Amino acid sequence: MSAETDVKTLVIDEQEVSARAGQTILEVARENEINIPTLCHLEGLSDVGACRMCLVEIKGSNKLLPACVATVQEGMEVSTNTERLQKHRRTILELLFAERNHICSVCVSNGHCELQTLGQEQGLTHVRLPYRNPELSVDASHERFTIDHNRCILCTRCVRVCTEIEGAHIWDVMGRGINSLIISDLHQDWGTSACTRCGKCVQVCPTGALFDKSKIGSDHPKYPEFLPYLNLMREAQ
Amino acid sequence: MTIEELEQIAKNVKQENEKYDYEINVCMDLACASQGADKLKDALVKAAEAGAKKVLVRRTGCMGPCSHGPLVRVDTRVDPDERLYRRVNASHAEAIVKSLGGVPVPELQCNLNEHFDKQVRVVLENAGYIDPERIDDYIARDGYKALLTVLTEMTPSGVVHRITESGLRGRGGGGYPTGLKWGTVAKAAGDVKYVVCNGDEGDPGAFMDRSVMEGDPHRVIEGMAIAAYAVGASKGFIYVRAEYPVAVARLTTALREARRHGLLGNNICNTPFNFDVEIRLGAGAFVCGEETALIASIEGRRGTPKPRPPYPASSGLWGKPTLINNVETYANIAPIVRNGGKWFFNMGSERSKGTKVFALTGKIANTGLVEVPMGIKLREIIEEIGGGVPDGHTFKAVQTGGPSGGCIPADMLDVGVSYDALLKMGSIMGSGGMIVMDDTSCMVNVARFFIEFCMTESCGKCIPCRAGTAQMFTLLTRICDGSGTMDDLALLEDLCSTVKETSLCGLGQTAPNPVLSTLKYFRNEYIEHIVHKRCPAGVCNMQAAVEVMA
Repeated sequence: MSAETDVKTLVIDEQEVSARAGQTILEVARENEINIPTLCHLEGLSDVGACRMCLVEIKGSNKLLPACVATVQEGMEVSTNTERLQKHRRTILELLFAERNHICSVCVSNGHCELQTLGQEQGLTHVRLPYRNPELSVDASHERFTIDHNRCILCTRCVRVCTEIEGAHIWDVMGRGINSLIISDLHQDWGTSACTRCGKCVQVCPTGALFDKSKIGSDHPKYPEFLPYLNLMREAQ
Repeated sequence: MTIEELEQIAKNVKQENEKYDYEINVCMDLACASQGADKLKDALVKAAEAGAKKVLVRRTGCMGPCSHGPLVRVDTRVDPDERLYRRVNASHAEAIVKSLGGVPVPELQCNLNEHFDKQVRVVLENAGYIDPERIDDYIARDGYKALLTVLTEMTPSGVVHRITESGLRGRGGGGYPTGLKWGTVAKAAGDVKYVVCNGDEGDPGAFMDRSVMEGDPHRVIEGMAIAAYAVGASKGFIYVRAEYPVAVARLTTALREARRHGLLGNNICNTPFNFDVEIRLGAGAFVCGEETALIASIEGRRGTPKPRPPYPASSGLWGKPTLINNVETYANIAPIVRNGGKWFFNMGSERSKGTKVFALTGKIANTGLVEVPMGIKLREIIEEIGGGVPDGHTFKAVQTGGPSGGCIPADMLDVGVSYDALLKMGSIMGSGGMIVMDDTSCMVNVARFFIEFCMTESCGKCIPCRAGTAQMFTLLTRICDGSGTMDDLALLEDLCSTVKETSLCGLGQTAPNPVLSTLKYFRNEYIEHIVHKRCPAGVCNMQAAVEVMA
């Protein structure tokens, strides 16, 4: 075997798997049908490692690694669902539910929201933290879409899809810490911004923060699966 | 510029200084300048010109005990005793000039022998002795000798070896071995590499880096140039926060002077080595002191951290291998090169070598800058060098490491200061802030203060830090205003563990430290607040508790 072998073997949740060098733990786990929860990650976009849902334990290290950006190493032993990780994931979800306003029953995304689904998957039965309920605006100035900041979890998928895929870079983040806010252009109404009306941001938004005006109500599924296909077709050209 | 030319400059400065019998050094660092040191200097110049004695009045950087400022030190060639005067203002100028050669002015005399005797000055060796805006003053005190020696006599790997041998660890807080970092960047593939100096000192109560940049800017530049030679870089950046206008001005002057002397630029010292430095200003975000956020900020992007790896050593500024060190780390380089790695290795404790500059603040007699050998006991720093807690109060705790550090109680003061010992006690070395608290400080309120700082300085990228610190702040506020419950305390501890273990960067990972350490050593104060609705130090206003009872 040559010194520079580009295939790595490792163990994920006691299952032996093989991977190409440079692949992330998340990619390899999903190839092998091992579920690692994610929120800011979306196939087809760059990874930022911000939501911390995909943290995994590596044997021999006390540090938790984000599976979406950590690359595989030869002989690595990964645990994706330990008690410690479950506890942290539930706390992070609690933090998100208490941060703004996530009342599912009156949300356009009720029933097909990634945050809601994750809460159910992770066994989040109640929120112990005080709800912050900040007063945030809803921008309905765009002719087709609306952004409701109260439902936003600042995953920045919209920012990334608009910059990386559409190339328009309408969205960005303003302020910092708990006061961070997604803005269009230089913090102007979405309707007056240079938006190309492609609607990619709406499709990739995991919650009801970005939605299509024509589909208000409970019937608002999103189809972020178009992204990897779009990338593939672009590469093929 | 050659070594001979350098020595000629040093000789000229010495000859020039020998024309004077007396040197009056006026500290013009921020603390003294804010109390009228500039007027004082003008008055001294005037008084010296009117008198018959040959007197040189010099502006210098920080002398150390800032709480006694404005400070003036008189050096005499006739009598080698240094005289330190405290709380001097312009009206004292004539008396000081008159007293030269005679009895010192009694009401201004400052007896701080105990304060100075325990200190070892390496980083601060020039501060208080040179005019920071005159490169010749720096050269006269062996400045740039190390750089020229390195360029003409040593290989890059030899330099890395010397730094490794010295055992120097990063002074920005993490304590990563500097030699190892340099070696990694030196080995990284690529023609274009960068060196970056992190001068984004943001901890509340810390001002070591500011004083070094203001009092001895050339030392930082020389350290960076040596680092650039060692790792193979030809471009450097100093990232300074815009809140330090004096440091920026002094660095700008220093860079111009260094270029004029051929110590920066192309073919330095007639060797193929090229190096220049640019200053970049931070816009007031604490998180930009984190290296990946700092890189983003220099590149002109939003200052948010990125997951590591890749580390800046392999992919930093514009994706190129980048060496990032703190101001104080670079300030240690020239003396190590001059005196050898062994000299540095022999100072300090087992795993922490050399000296460390601390900014002593809070409830302590001599606030200001001190430089002590590693391994010195905290008690020596606080009681002997710092002069203890004033006004008859008793010492309660010392907070090290800023918002990322923890509070150390009185019964642990006999531990020697080192990276590992502080970490074991639940605090960190940090950049070197040391805030002393006495019996009038409420530890719950202190924890709340630091969490509030981390909350407002969080960049907002990762959830645990963004929302976690905000929730911790809410819970601590409840405890402080008397409405907290034992459930809140349990929840607070739970949040601490999640924020610490899951945050993306160092800011979030260390944000719970002030809460965790006060919970560890002062848990009874939390219980008093919650159960008895009482603040033992009398700081917290138990408004909510009063309303409940009424």
